[in-house]
Amino acid sequence: MDIGLGHYLTVAAILFTLGVFGIFLNRRNVIIILMSIELMLLAVNINLVAFSVHLGDLVGQIFAMFILTVAAAEAAIGLAILVVYFRNRGSIAVEDINMMKG
Amino acid sequence: MVELPAFLPALPELFLAVSTMALLMFGVFGSDGTARLVGQIAVVVLLCTGLLVIGHGTERAVTFNGMFVMDGFGAYMKVLVLIGSALSIILAQGYAEREHMNRFELPVLMLFATLGMLLMVSANDLISLYVGLETQSLALYVVAAFRRDHAKSSEAGLKYFVLGALSSGLLLYGASLIYGFGGTTQFDRIAGLIAASPTPPVGVVVGMVFAVAGLAFKISAVPFHMWTPDVYEGAPTPVTAFFAAAPKVAAVALILRLLDGPFGHMVEQWSQVIFALSLASMVLGSFAAIQQTNIKRLMAYSSIANMGFALLGLAAGTEQGTRGVVVYMTIYMVMTIGTFAVILCMKQHGRMVEDIRQLAGLSRSHPLMALGTAIFMFSLAGIPPLAGFFGKLYVFLAVIEAAAKHSELYILAVFGVLSSVVGAFYYLRVVKLIYFDDPIETFDRQSDDSIAAVLVGTGLFTMFFFAFPVPVLNGAAAAAAALFTG
Repeated sequence: MDIGLGHYLTVAAILFTLGVFGIFLNRRNVIIILMSIELMLLAVNINLVAFSVHLGDLVGQIFAMFILTVAAAEAAIGLAILVVYFRNRGSIAVEDINMMKG
Repeated sequence: MVELPAFLPALPELFLAVSTMALLMFGVFGSDGTARLVGQIAVVVLLCTGLLVIGHGTERAVTFNGMFVMDGFGAYMKVLVLIGSALSIILAQGYAEREHMNRFELPVLMLFATLGMLLMVSANDLISLYVGLETQSLALYVVAAFRRDHAKSSEAGLKYFVLGALSSGLLLYGASLIYGFGGTTQFDRIAGLIAASPTPPVGVVVGMVFAVAGLAFKISAVPFHMWTPDVYEGAPTPVTAFFAAAPKVAAVALILRLLDGPFGHMVEQWSQVIFALSLASMVLGSFAAIQQTNIKRLMAYSSIANMGFALLGLAAGTEQGTRGVVVYMTIYMVMTIGTFAVILCMKQHGRMVEDIRQLAGLSRSHPLMALGTAIFMFSLAGIPPLAGFFGKLYVFLAVIEAAAKHSELYILAVFGVLSSVVGAFYYLRVVKLIYFDDPIETFDRQSDDSIAAVLVGTGLFTMFFFAFPVPVLNGAAAAAAALFTG
C-alpha cells in the first residue's frame, strides 16, 4: 500500500485532536498541558510538510521552520510562567488553578 | 546577488524594533533607577513610530516578497494601536512605582507586543500573520504574569498562556489547511484563487473557520471568551487596560484584513460564523456582567459584549460595515482606556480596591472623578450624545442597510439592541452607586498627574466626539475603502 497525502493528514488530525483533548480533559498536571500544546503544533507541522511535498512548493517547509522556532520560544515562556506560579502556590495541579472563578 | 527588499513601507516597524532593543540594552546596563526613564523614552518611541506611520501616507505598498503590506487601512489601525499602547504605558508608570513592580522590562515588553500588533495589522501572508501574532502574544503572556510575587497575577499569566497557545494551535491548523488546499500562503493569491473558482474548495473553507476561531480567542468572542474575566482580574490593572485596548484593536484589524481581503469572495461562508460569534458575545457579555461585583471582571464582560457589537458590523459584509467596525474600535479603545484610568484611581489607604460597591458616594468626595466615571459609563451604555452612541449607530446602520438583502441580519440587529439595553443596566448601576448611594469609605486623593491627564483627555474625547466626528469618520471611511479596493 502506498502512503499518500491522506494518510499524513489523518495522522496529523488525530495528533491535533489528541492535543486539544489533552488540554481540556487533563485534570492533573500543567506540564501535560504544555506537552499537549507541543503536540498540536507538531501535528500542524506534519500537515504543512506533507502539503509542501504534495504541492512541490517549499513555502510549507519554511512555514514549519517558523513554527518550530516560535514553539521553542513559547515553551520557554510557558515553563517560566509555570515556575513563577509554582513559587507562589507550591503546586502545579490543574485543580488548584482556581483562585479566580471564570 | 540577492536583491534587497524595499524597507521603506516597513520603516515604522523597523524603527520600533531597533529602538526597543536599544532600550532593552539601556535598561540592562543602566543604573538601578532607570525604569522611569525607560518608560518615558518608550512613550516617545511610540510617538515617533506614529509620526513615521503618518509620514508614509496611505498609498498601498507591498514588500518583503509580498509578505508585508502598508495601506490606508494599516495606517489608520496602526495609529490607533500606537495611541492605545502609549496611553497604557503612561498609565502603568505611576502604578508600577506604587506597587513595587517598577522594573524597566514592563515598558520594553509592551513595546515588543506593540511591534507584534503592527506586524499583525500589516500581514499579507499567513506566515507573517503568524509571526506577528506570536510576537504580540509571547510578550503579552509575560506581561500578564508581571507581578511575579503575586499569586493572582501568575495564575492569570498561566491561564492566558494555555488558552493563547491553544488558539494559536487552532489558527495554525487552519493556516495549514488553507495552504494545502489553496496552494499558497499569500493573501493576494488566495483572493485570486477564490475569485476564480465558482465554489471555494472545502478544505479552504474549513481552514478559514479554524483560523477565525483562533482569532476569536484573541478578541475574546463567545464561545472563546473563558480566559477573559480571569486574566483581566488577575493581571496588574494597567496591563489589563493594555489588554483591553491595543491587542483587541490589532486582532480586529487582522480579522477585517483576512475576511475582507483573501476571503472577500467567501462572504456567504464566513458571515454565518461571524453572525454566531457576534450574537453569542453580545448576549452572554451583557447578561453575565450583571452579577459581577469586581470592576475588572465587569470590564471583561463589557469588552466581550463590545466585541460582539464590533463583529456586528463585520457580519454585514459590506464596506459600510467595515467602516462601522473601525469607528467602533476607535471609540471603544478611548472609552476603555478612560475607564481603566478611573479604576487606577480607586485606592484606599494606599491599597488598590476593585469592588464596585466601594464607588458608593464618590460624587461627594471626588466630584470630578465621579463625573468622568459617569461619562464613560453612559458612553459605554450607548447614550447620546456621547461617543459610545455613535460607535453603535454606525455598526447598526450598516447592519440594517445590509439586512435589505439578507433578512436574517434583522435578527442580529434586534438582539444587538436588546442586549445593549441589558448592558445599560449594569453601567447605570455604577452611576447610581456613585451619585445616589451613601459613601462607605472615601478614596485617597489622586496625586498622579499623568493618570489625571489621560482621564481628562479620554473624557473630553468621549464627551465632545459629536461635535468633531469628521476626522474619525473620514479616516475610518478611507481605511475601509483601502481594504475593499486593495
